[in-house]
Amino acid sequence: MRVKVLSRNPDDYVRETKLDLQRVPRNYDPALHPFEVAREYVRALNATKLERVFAKPFLSSLDGHRDGVNCMAKHPKSLSTVLSGACDGEVKIWNLTKRQCIRTIQAHEGFVRGMCARFCGTSFFTVGDDKTIKQWKMESPEYGEEEEPVHTILGKTVYTGIDHHWKEPVFATCGHQVDIWDEQRTSPKCSLTWGFDSISSVKFNPIETYLLGSCASDRNIVLYDIRKSTPLKKVILNMRTNTLCWNPMEAFNFTAANEDYNLYTFDMRFLESPVMVHMDHVSAVLDVDYSPTGKEFVSASFDKSIRIFPVDKGHSREVYHTKRMQHVITVKWTSDNKYILCGSDEMNIRLWKANASEKLGVLAPREKAAMNYNQKLKEKFQFHPQIRRIAQHRHLPKSIYCQIKEQRIMREARRRKELNRRKHSKPGSVPFVPERKKHIVAVVK
Amino acid sequence: MAEEDPAAAAAGSGSESEEGEDGERRHRQLLEAISALSGRKRRKLAERSEASGQVSEFNVTCKGAGEKLVLSELLQPIHPKSTLGSVRKELARVKRKAAVELPLSKEEAKRVVREAAYVTTSKDVGKWQQVVLQNRRAEQLVFPLRQDIATVTPLERVTSAWKARTPLEQEIFGLLHKTQQPVTDPLLTPEEMASVQAMSLEEARRRRAELQKARAVQSYYEAKARRAKRIKSKKYHRVLKKSRRRQALKEFEQLHKSDPAAALARLEELEQLRMQERMSLKHQNKGKWAKSRAIMAKYDLEARKAMQEQLARNKELMQKVRVEPPEEELCEVLEEDTTALPMPSGANPWMLGRPSGLAPEPEAQEGPRDDIVPGAVENKDKMEEEEEELSEEEALLQDFEQKRRERTGSPEGQGRDHGEELKAQSWVGWECWGLDKGRGIWGQFLADFTQLSLLSALWSDHFYPQQVGADETEIGAEQPRDSPVPPVCAEELVSAGLEPPPQAQEQLLLSEQPRRVRTMEDVENLAKDELVEEQEKLVVLRAGKQAQQQEEGRAGDRHTKKAPAKRKMISLEAVLDGKPQEMDCPSLPVVLEEEEGGIEQRGMITEAFAGDDVVADFRREKRKAEEAGKPQPVNLVLPGWGEWGGTGLKPSARKVKRFLIKPPPAPQRKDQHLPHVIMSEKRNIHAAAHQVSELPFPFERHQQFEQSMRTPVGPTWNTQRAFQKLTAPRVITRTGHIIQPISAEDVSDTAPGSEARLEGEAMPSRKAGPGKKAVSRGKAGPGKKAVSRGKAVPGQKAVSRGKAVPGAKAQPRRCRAQ
Repeated sequence: MRVKVLSRNPDDYVRETKLDLQRVPRNYDPALHPFEVAREYVRALNATKLERVFAKPFLSSLDGHRDGVNCMAKHPKSLSTVLSGACDGEVKIWNLTKRQCIRTIQAHEGFVRGMCARFCGTSFFTVGDDKTIKQWKMESPEYGEEEEPVHTILGKTVYTGIDHHWKEPVFATCGHQVDIWDEQRTSPKCSLTWGFDSISSVKFNPIETYLLGSCASDRNIVLYDIRKSTPLKKVILNMRTNTLCWNPMEAFNFTAANEDYNLYTFDMRFLESPVMVHMDHVSAVLDVDYSPTGKEFVSASFDKSIRIFPVDKGHSREVYHTKRMQHVITVKWTSDNKYILCGSDEMNIRLWKANASEKLGVLAPREKAAMNYNQKLKEKFQFHPQIRRIAQHRHLPKSIYCQIKEQRIMREARRRKELNRRKHSKPGSVPFVPERKKHIVAVVK
Repeated sequence: MAEEDPAAAAAGSGSESEEGEDGERRHRQLLEAISALSGRKRRKLAERSEASGQVSEFNVTCKGAGEKLVLSELLQPIHPKSTLGSVRKELARVKRKAAVELPLSKEEAKRVVREAAYVTTSKDVGKWQQVVLQNRRAEQLVFPLRQDIATVTPLERVTSAWKARTPLEQEIFGLLHKTQQPVTDPLLTPEEMASVQAMSLEEARRRRAELQKARAVQSYYEAKARRAKRIKSKKYHRVLKKSRRRQALKEFEQLHKSDPAAALARLEELEQLRMQERMSLKHQNKGKWAKSRAIMAKYDLEARKAMQEQLARNKELMQKVRVEPPEEELCEVLEEDTTALPMPSGANPWMLGRPSGLAPEPEAQEGPRDDIVPGAVENKDKMEEEEEELSEEEALLQDFEQKRRERTGSPEGQGRDHGEELKAQSWVGWECWGLDKGRGIWGQFLADFTQLSLLSALWSDHFYPQQVGADETEIGAEQPRDSPVPPVCAEELVSAGLEPPPQAQEQLLLSEQPRRVRTMEDVENLAKDELVEEQEKLVVLRAGKQAQQQEEGRAGDRHTKKAPAKRKMISLEAVLDGKPQEMDCPSLPVVLEEEEGGIEQRGMITEAFAGDDVVADFRREKRKAEEAGKPQPVNLVLPGWGEWGGTGLKPSARKVKRFLIKPPPAPQRKDQHLPHVIMSEKRNIHAAAHQVSELPFPFERHQQFEQSMRTPVGPTWNTQRAFQKLTAPRVITRTGHIIQPISAEDVSDTAPGSEARLEGEAMPSRKAGPGKKAVSRGKAGPGKKAVSRGKAVPGQKAVSRGKAVPGAKAQPRRCRAQ
C-alpha cells in the first residue's frame, strides 16, 4: 500500500542561510487585503484599550523617613542610587533595585533645604536650616568610623538651595543671594545679587554650564552668567516661581514651576513670553524635573499629584496619584528615562514608571515589534474620537476632579466677563491678550 | 589751561610797564581765575622770582647780563594787540568745550553690564539652535547619544613603545631577532605572516567547511560500518563477501594491466591464501556447522542451499589451479552496467529531479567512503548487490527499461500496444515533475513537451479532455499513449556521447511530462498553453523534424512568456471595476470538470439553496436603493381648489401638470459603475461617532489627513522591512544606560559637520515631513512585492482603495459578492 502524503517543496520555505529573513508565503497585493483602514482602526482601538488596561504605573514606595521628604538628588553615575533629605534634617541614601535604605545620616538640624551630588558621584552636598553647607562622601564610612561630613561651611544666612556645576568643582547656593563657591574654599568665590530677596532655588544649565538660573520669592526668575559673574536678565511673573529646571537637550530652554498652578517653559533668549504654558495642576506646582531625553518633564504639585507634560504640549499626558500620597514636594526623573521618583509630605518616596503601561523587563523581538506597531497605531489614530476618549481617560481623586471643574467654571466666567467687557466698550480698548503674555509682568534688563 | 609760555610773558612785559602795577595785579588775578577754571593749580614756575641780576623788577628779561639798554628799543611803538588776546582765546576755547558728563550711577552701570552680558550669552546659547531643531525633527533618536564602545588597544601597540635598555634585555632581543621571532608589531613570525597572507578569510572558511563536512561524513560512515557489522543476516554477509571478492578480482585485473610484476606477486599471494584455505578443511563438511547443516538439510531449504554452496566451494578449491580467464566476470559486469548504470547517469527521474546544486554531493561523499570503509564496494557493484533492497519504484523502472529495449528492437510496433507499462511510465513522469526543480533540464522538458504535443495534434480530439481532467491518474494513464518511449533512452544515448538516431528523437518525446496540475489556475494555464502550442505544432509539422533545434530554443522563450500570462488571469480590480460579464477566466477546464464530477454536486447545491437567489436579491436591493435615492417630485395639487371636489372626482390634468413640481435630476450615483456594490451616500450617524469631525492640528488640508490614514503600517500590508521602518519608535533608550545631557562632543558624534553648526554656521536643515516616509515606504522592502506595493500607491490600486474607504475612517461599505 502506498501512502500518499502532502508534501511541500523545501525551496519554498527553507532559507539559504541563517541570516536570511524568513520567507513569508504571502501576497502583499493590496487588492487581496481590503479594509485596511478599518482593520487598523480596530487594532488601534484594541491597543489603546490594552494600554489603559495595563497602565499600572506605581511600582513601590520607599519608606523610612520620619518627616516629610523635602529634597532629592540623583546619583550621577549610578542608576540604582538616589538620595533624599527630609524635614527633620535626615538624609537617606536608597538602593532602588533592592528598594531599601542603605544609609542614613543626620545631616542638619531642621530642614534639609537642598542637596546635590557632585558630577563625579563621589560626594554630595547638603544645605540646611542650620546655615551650614556640608559635603559628604557617597560611600558609607568604614566600620568604627564616624559618620562625618568631609567639609562643613558655616554661613551667615540660611541657604535654601544648592546645585553643583556639571563639570567643574564649583557649586552654587542660594538664600539671600546666589553664592558661587569653590569646593576648596570656605568663602564664596562670588556673590550675585539683584535686589534683596530670598531666592528659593538655583540651577546650573547642564549644557552651557556657565549659565545659572534662579527663582526668588519676589516672583522673579533671574539668569546669571558665572563667567562674567553677573546677572543677565530678570523676568517677573504674576506669582512666585518655586523652582526651575533646564532642558538637558536644549541649552536655552527651561521650565519654571509656578505658584499659579502653571508651568512655564521659557526660551532664555526671548523672555518676553514663555514658549509654552503648561496648565493642568489645580494647586501650586512645587517641583519640576526634565526627562533625560528632554522631550518631557514631570511636575509635582501641592494638589497631591504628579503630572507628566510633553515639552511642546500645553496639557499633561499623564497624572499619577495614590490615595495616601500627600502634597508632593519633590520629584525626579531617573537618568535612564524609565522611572519617576517623588517625595511627599507623608514621608514616603514613591517609584513610578514613566510610561504607565510599559512592560518592564526584557522583551522578545516579537513583543518589541508588536509594541512598536501598537504605538504607531495609537499615534496614527489618536485623533479619532473613540480612541481619544479611551486614551485620555484617567481616574482622579474626587478633590482634584472637583477642583478642576471649579476652575473650569472660573475660567469660563472670566472669559465671559472679558467678552462682555469687550462687547460693551469702544472697539480696541479691551485688547486681546494671548495666554502666554498674561502671566508675565515685566522683563527687567 | 596751559601754562604761560615764557615768550608770551616776554612780549607782555612792555605793556605792563606802562599800565603799571594795578594792571599787573589784575592780570595776575585774571590768570588765576583762568587757571582755576581748568581746575588745576597754576604752575609756580613762571612766578618764581629769585634774586638774580637777570630778572628785572618789571619782569623784563634781558638776555645777556652785561648788555645795554638801547633807547630805540624803548621807543618802539606800542603793541596794538593786548596780551590778553591769547587768554581770551583760551577762554573761548574752554567755553566751547562741554563739561565732562557725570559718571553713571551704580545701578545704571550694572544694567549696562547685564545687557551686554545677556546679548553675548544668548548668542553663545543660540549656537544650539540648529541642533535642537534637528533633534526635534529627527525621526528617530537613540539615547544615550554617545555610544561609547570599549576599545582594547592591541598588545603590539603597547609593546612597541617599549625599548630594550639593559644589557640583558638587549641580549634577549638580539636572540629574538636572530631567530626571526616577532618583537614588535605585528606579533607574527614570518612563516605565520606568509600563511596569513596565503590564506584569505574566504579560503579559510571554505576549508573549514570542507573539513567539517569530511568529519561529518566520516562519522556517518563509521556509524554505518558499525551498523553493518552488527547485521546478522547471512545473506547480506554473503553478498558482501561476494562483492569483495569481485572487487579484489577487479583490482587484480587492473594491476595485471598496469603492473604485471606486481600482479604476479599478488597472484602468488593469492595462491598462498588459497592453499591455506584448502588446508583448513573448512569446506570438507567436517566442521560442526557443516554437520548440523547436514541434519537440517532434510527439512530446511535454506540449510540445504548453504550446504550446496559449501560443496561448490569445496569443489572449487579442490580443483587443479589455473589462472581463470576473466571473460565471464567481465561479461557480467558489462551486463550489470547496462542495467544499473543508467540510473545514476541521469535518466532516472529521481536523480534528475534533484536540484543541480545538490548533484555533486553524493559523489563527494563517495570519495571518503572508499577511504574509510576498508572493504567498501564500488558504486555499480553495490547497486547490483542491493538489488534486493531496491524500492518498488526502481523495480518498476527497470521493468520499464527492459520493455523499452524490446521496443527499440521493433520501433514500428510502438503505436498502440501499451499494456500495464503505461502506468509505470506515467508514474515516472509524475515523479519527474514532482521533483523537478533543476533548471537545467527544464528547457529540455519543454522541448520535449512541444514534440509531444506535436504528436498529440494527430489525436487532439482524444487528448484534450484527458489533459484537462483534474484527475491525476487519468492524465497519467493517457499521456504515455502519446509519448510511448521513456526519457531514459534518450538520456542514456546523450550521456553515452552517441549521436541519437532519427527515431531516437521521437523517443525523446516520451520523456516529456506535463506539469503537475495542482490548482485551478494551473489547469487554465495548461489549456491556454495547449492552444498556443497546437497552432505552432501545425506549422512545425509541415516544417518537418529538423525544426527540433529551433523548438528547443523557443521553448526557453516560452517559458519566460508564460509567467505573466499565468499571473494575469483574474484581476480583482477588473472584476470589481468593470462589468461582471467580462470576467475572463477560461471557462474550458471549469466546464470540463463540472462535466465530470460536478454535475451531481451542482445539483446538490442548487437543491440546498433552492429558494435563495442571492444575485437577483442583490439586484433588487440595489434597484430599490437607487429608487429611494432619486428625488421625488413635489405634489402641490390641492383637490377641490378652484374646481369641484368630492369623492370620485380627480383634479384636472392641467392642474396636476402645473402643481406637480419636478425636482432637478439627482447627481450621479457613485456606485453607478460598480455592479456589486451599493454605496450609501447618506451620513451614517453610527459611523460618525467614530469619525474625525475636525481637521487635526498638524494637517493643513483634509486630503493630507486622509492620505495619512489610508497608508497602512501593519505587517499585513507591508513587507517585513517596510513594516519595521514604518513602526520604528521615535525615541529609543537603552535600559540601564544613563543618559547624559547633550554636549558638543555628542553633536559632532551624531552628525559630522554639526560641530560647525554649533559654531554658528548656517547649515541646510534636514527636511523631514510626512512625505518622506511615504517615499521610503514605496522604496522599502526587497523584491517584487515591495515594488508592486510602491506602484500601488500612486496608481489604480490606490484609487480603488480610496473607493473602498470613502471617509477618513471606516465607513461600513455594503458589499456583496456574487
